[in-house]
Amino acid sequence: MTPLMLVADDFKAPGPSIFDFPPLYDGAPYWLTKPVLMAIFGAIVVCALAWSAFANPKLVPRGMQNVGEMGYQFVRDQVARPFLGKDAERWMPLLLSLFFLILLWNFFGVVPLIQIPVASHIAFPIVFAITIYVIKIYLGIKHQGLGGYFKNMMFPPGLPKPIYVLLAPIEFLSNLIIAPFTHAVRLFANMFAGHLILAFFSMVGFWFLFEKLTPLGAGLGVVGVIMTVAMTGFEMFIQFLQAFLFTMLAAMYIGNSLHADH
Amino acid sequence: MTLAATFLAAEGESPLLPHAYELVVGSFAFLVVFLVVGKILTPRIQKTLAERTEAIEGGIKKAEDAQAEAQRTLEQYRAQLAEARQEAARLREEAREQGAAIKAELREEAQAEARRIIEAAHAQIEADRQQAFTQLRGEIGRLSTELASRIVGESLEDEARQRRIVDRFLEELEGRPEAVR
Repeated sequence: MTPLMLVADDFKAPGPSIFDFPPLYDGAPYWLTKPVLMAIFGAIVVCALAWSAFANPKLVPRGMQNVGEMGYQFVRDQVARPFLGKDAERWMPLLLSLFFLILLWNFFGVVPLIQIPVASHIAFPIVFAITIYVIKIYLGIKHQGLGGYFKNMMFPPGLPKPIYVLLAPIEFLSNLIIAPFTHAVRLFANMFAGHLILAFFSMVGFWFLFEKLTPLGAGLGVVGVIMTVAMTGFEMFIQFLQAFLFTMLAAMYIGNSLHADH
Repeated sequence: MTLAATFLAAEGESPLLPHAYELVVGSFAFLVVFLVVGKILTPRIQKTLAERTEAIEGGIKKAEDAQAEAQRTLEQYRAQLAEARQEAARLREEAREQGAAIKAELREEAQAEARRIIEAAHAQIEADRQQAFTQLRGEIGRLSTELASRIVGESLEDEARQRRIVDRFLEELEGRPEAVR
């Protein structure tokens, strides 16, 4: 117990400080950090990949177009159509851009050397969530009228009158304040926590196998390495799932604004 | 949240508070991706997918048309075949009738011919018989006269003699070839 505890005393688990990045080089502007660079790089990569797939699409798809169409059809069939129905095609540009960008930014979390999920900085999910929030309210008022939008939101028909006393404020809060907040935070928190977990297990492996190699600590280091590999696989699944979920919620909010009864 | 709060106390900056410059960069990145992927590229792939659907549906329609056409042609062929069979049967029936008619006609003719030949033969026989009859008539008269004169010339008392005379006469007659015929 004592030798392991001794080395473990020196071991410092990685905290939120691993998300703080200094400017890229001495004398760089304060805003030019690794996450910012990766956000721009990710946007360029998404554009380049999409361009190689869709710039000159053929009736009989080949190579990248096959991959791109798979992504397109996934978003269209799993996200857009279930929530938007006949309006699906019209909202595909927004939903596809959203999905591709979030997915690639998330995958950056497991790409060697990059290893930072861009959405683990909450500013990026906030940009998406606010965009969808503005579109949602604009469409709701446009399609249901100002009064109609709030009436449909807070007073869904077919309930006994006293219920509305309770329901109306809850619905108001849930739709206008909590929904955009959770929309952004869900993506952020998943990426944040996932990155922290990966950092922790790889730190365990590195610390106990390289920094302070002891007969007792080696076993723990091996566990750390194995967990790092396993959690990397799991993290890739979470990264995909969160991109899908964020886009799906966006489609749901838009769909609800277009048609009151959903 | 409490964890984040403790870290906030330790590090001085909460991960839940966005950096202003990251908001700007994020908006910019999203805008660029939306313009390129959403506004430029998505309509292209949508157009292609629509065209593909159309092409496939067109192909199916074409195949259906071709099948219908083939079906129509088959019906036509079948109708023609049935018609041809009927025609053949009709022709066979006609030929059989004609054959029967010809056979009957031929039989009729042959029978008429046979009758004609038989009648001719009968006429010939009758004529021959008449001729023989007339010839015999003259001969019999002459022979009777001769026989009578002989009988009268001999003695008429003896019956046995008379018989002998008759027998002799008949033998003489047999001796004359033309009389026997």
